[in-house]
Amino acid sequence: MVEVETTIKNRAGIHARPSALIAQTAIKYASRIYLEKNGNKINAKSIMGIITLAASFGSVIKISAEGPDEQEAVNAIKALFDSGFNEELG
Amino acid sequence: MENEPVAFTVLDLIDLDLKEQNALDLKCVAGRSGLGRRLTVPDFNRPGLALAGFFDAFAWEKLQIFGRGESAYLAKLDRENDYASVNKLFSYSVPCCIFTNSLLPSKAFLDAAEAASCPILVTPLSSSEFSSRVLRILYEIFAPKTTMHGVLVEVFGIGILLIGDSGVGKSETALELIERGHRLVADDVVEIRCVNGSTLMGQGVNKMIGHHMEIRGLGIINITHLFGVGAIRDKKQVQLVCQLEDWNPEKVYDRIGMDELTYEILGVKVPKLEIPVKPGRNIPIIVETAAMNERLKKMGYHSAKEFNQNVMRWLESENERTLYFSRDDY
Repeated sequence: MVEVETTIKNRAGIHARPSALIAQTAIKYASRIYLEKNGNKINAKSIMGIITLAASFGSVIKISAEGPDEQEAVNAIKALFDSGFNEELG
Repeated sequence: MENEPVAFTVLDLIDLDLKEQNALDLKCVAGRSGLGRRLTVPDFNRPGLALAGFFDAFAWEKLQIFGRGESAYLAKLDRENDYASVNKLFSYSVPCCIFTNSLLPSKAFLDAAEAASCPILVTPLSSSEFSSRVLRILYEIFAPKTTMHGVLVEVFGIGILLIGDSGVGKSETALELIERGHRLVADDVVEIRCVNGSTLMGQGVNKMIGHHMEIRGLGIINITHLFGVGAIRDKKQVQLVCQLEDWNPEKVYDRIGMDELTYEILGVKVPKLEIPVKPGRNIPIIVETAAMNERLKKMGYHSAKEFNQNVMRWLESENERTLYFSRDDY
């Protein structure tokens, strides 16, 4: 089990495009990957789930993964958040 | 494969199987030996100036339409026994002369046409009606065309071209769509014409073998006989392309529907969907839903975009609220 915390850096927050990016990245890993905000924990491989988090600019998200490639998975998802999904940063 | 020179003869023009408001009602009254003459341009000419003896820039390669005016002038020439311009006209290889309003030229004119092997056709239509019909028909015949490997079906009024590698299940998908009440336009080889520069009309290449399908394990089946005339359609505009392909785990498939792919046919861009096929995915239902979604888009409602706008609005209000509640003076 690997866990890491990150904040939303792009101004628009996690709307459809970023959540598709997250899900597409997550699906490449065999581990179970979760995103957590304010106690809501959702599967990072589900687009609709990620949108439901309502992760707006500045919110804190906990990324966790469990499985054979958990470290790589968390690193990859964290990198996406850090890059601001190639959108305008706040 | 596309734009081979159109070999369209005068006989083909008479033989066109056209209904009601498209019918040309042509009858050949002289010059039958010239029915093999080819039409090379989708246009007509009114030969008034030529009959008056002015042959500069005479568009001899076009259909020559003789209306009331030209006929009256011919009658005048006939009374004066002056056939110089008529003979000169027939010295050009005119594809054919068409008399409208059921007007018949004089015996002398017909004899001259016979001698020059120039077909003389008569139609009961008025000149304006005939010319608008014949232009429409010729434009369609001379429109750029291509043939594509795929199945064209009409689903909820949307013309969908299913393409993909052999054996991916195009025909099976189409069969299930027909079973569900939709219509087959053409299977396997679809002929597509670009009319008016922007509309793609698809139809089967051959009327005789049209509306038959090859289903692996069944052989050739006749859709009209099996499902009735309600299950078929002669032609339909291609409005959406669905590309079926074996599920490729390496490939990223669209999961939101915001990025619109297009497929180019004869220079016209058609919306395209890439649909991965794997066991457990019911492709006909996906295609059916795609058709309904396409109709919504045409009506101005874009599901994916609307959804994203709502999410953005929601995120924004969420953001405002947190900012408000976390203010120091709250």
